[in-house]
Amino acid sequence: MSTSNIQLRIVKDRLFLALVVLLSFAMIVPLLLIIFHIVKNGIAVISWEFLTTLPRPMGETGGGIVNALAGTMMLIVLASLIAIPLGVLAGIYLVEQKKGAIATGVRLCMEVLQGIPSIVIGIVAYAWVVLSMGTFSALSGSVALAIMMLPVIVRSTEETLRLVPDILREASLALGVSYSRTVLKIIVPSGITGILTGVLLAIARITGETAPLLFTAFGNPYMSLNALRPVDSLPLMIFNFATSPYPEWHAKAWGAALVLVVFVLGMNFIAKVIAKRWKVQF
Amino acid sequence: MTAPPAMAGLLIRDRPEQTADKHMFKVSSDGIFKTVLTAVGVLILLLLAGIFVTLVVDSLPAMKASGFGFFTGTTWDPVFKVYGSLVFLVGTLLTSFLALALSLPFSLAIAIFLGEYFREGIVSSFLKSAIELMAGIPSVIFGMWGLFVLVPLVRQVETQFGVVPYGIGILTAALILAVMIIPYSASISSDVVNLVPADLKEAALSLGATRYEMIKKVVLPSARSGIFAGVLLSLGRAIGETMAVTMVIGNANILPTSIFSPANTMASIIANEFAEATDAVYVSCLIEIGLLLMMVTLVISLIGRYIMYRMKT
Repeated sequence: MSTSNIQLRIVKDRLFLALVVLLSFAMIVPLLLIIFHIVKNGIAVISWEFLTTLPRPMGETGGGIVNALAGTMMLIVLASLIAIPLGVLAGIYLVEQKKGAIATGVRLCMEVLQGIPSIVIGIVAYAWVVLSMGTFSALSGSVALAIMMLPVIVRSTEETLRLVPDILREASLALGVSYSRTVLKIIVPSGITGILTGVLLAIARITGETAPLLFTAFGNPYMSLNALRPVDSLPLMIFNFATSPYPEWHAKAWGAALVLVVFVLGMNFIAKVIAKRWKVQF
Repeated sequence: MTAPPAMAGLLIRDRPEQTADKHMFKVSSDGIFKTVLTAVGVLILLLLAGIFVTLVVDSLPAMKASGFGFFTGTTWDPVFKVYGSLVFLVGTLLTSFLALALSLPFSLAIAIFLGEYFREGIVSSFLKSAIELMAGIPSVIFGMWGLFVLVPLVRQVETQFGVVPYGIGILTAALILAVMIIPYSASISSDVVNLVPADLKEAALSLGATRYEMIKKVVLPSARSGIFAGVLLSLGRAIGETMAVTMVIGNANILPTSIFSPANTMASIIANEFAEATDAVYVSCLIEIGLLLMMVTLVISLIGRYIMYRMKT
């Protein structure tokens, strides 16, 4: 083999490394641009009035996003009330019942549920809740969001509880503790960190969801804490303001986007910190 | 060794029938607990069955009204009650596959970067955090950024090309989608590349291959199926993505003539028209599009997950 051949191969090797590094870091550029624009345009708009007043009609100055903030909180609380008990119990079921038709079925269902687009889940919530109630409502939006939270919670509960060693369970049963008490008071608390992490990640995921809320929660220009009536939410308001033709509303959309991004990324960060700091070692 | 009188009734020799009773120490709360758990499992199965049944049943009026022509008709005109959804199928396919093609070099590069060159260390955790950050940003934010920042840029490009400078359209939607789906295929592919056995790689290196040649001839073919699974998962995500696409695709119910033309996808037509659909057949047609969307995404995602499951076992 002549030396020029070796040199060519070495050059190709170096070029490849350069290309890989370049393309990898090129992905960061859009991320930085997005964060830069959100912070730059959002900071200009955020003020105490922005966070505590209702949106004003076009033509009037001022106004804020407080109804969207309250609506988002309400949707999160309602969805969590539905999804957390259901999801944690399903996770416990999958860990206690490793084989069997129902358990395999539930695992498959969670895989399938994760693959369903969020707007289709919105259609289902519309058909189940909105048509039955005859009105758009926060309840229907929470049902859609709860369905989306389930796979995350079930999977993280199952993975966490699976790591709890059998010794704990056997020791507890040997001491005469009943089976239900063993699971509820010993196994689940030792996995509470992982379960909490899963819950926080699920909440972070649904806070940013808009598509299922387009025709379930629907949006509301007024402050409403009634679960049986339409309610606005932060991403829904961002969508409506951003696609409107008014520059003032565009500016508010940037502000709302900053609030949303800070909340979602904050939840993700807190979940990671909890997972690391409060890890229960066996 | 006489037992106290209160416990006399519990001694086994006084109650011989209890030795044969295997439920002697079973508490009734156990039975309730197990029933509740099983009920939750069944409830989840019913939930998923309910989702499918609801979608199919609510699509039936549309299927009866339009039949198979629903998928081949090119006119979507609710005012005259003509429902043909080919426009949206083409729009979805074009945006998704274009987004996939645009994202593939970057996610492959990240996979090789994280799985081969920089497996640990500060640079690696920095890039991994960046990817997680991107995966966590809500899609409506991507859409808004695309609308306010990317669309003017694309408009300038279009004026250079001499095309009508809409700014919005398939190209913009594909660009935003590509940025959004990179984290998914990148993280799966980098895990797979990381798992290529060291002895295969060392064998190649010991025969005189450069690192590039080792990656090209050993690592990538070995990780091929995992990378394909990651690609499939990100394709499924791209097809189902709604908000970002709706905000930049232009919402025109026409068959796209070029990548610069505005169009509509299955997800964006539902997002746009569902809340305002007036008569029952209209709603049912939109639900049928939703059913088709779900089936397509499901098939792709399940194939991808099945490949990953096969690789783990």
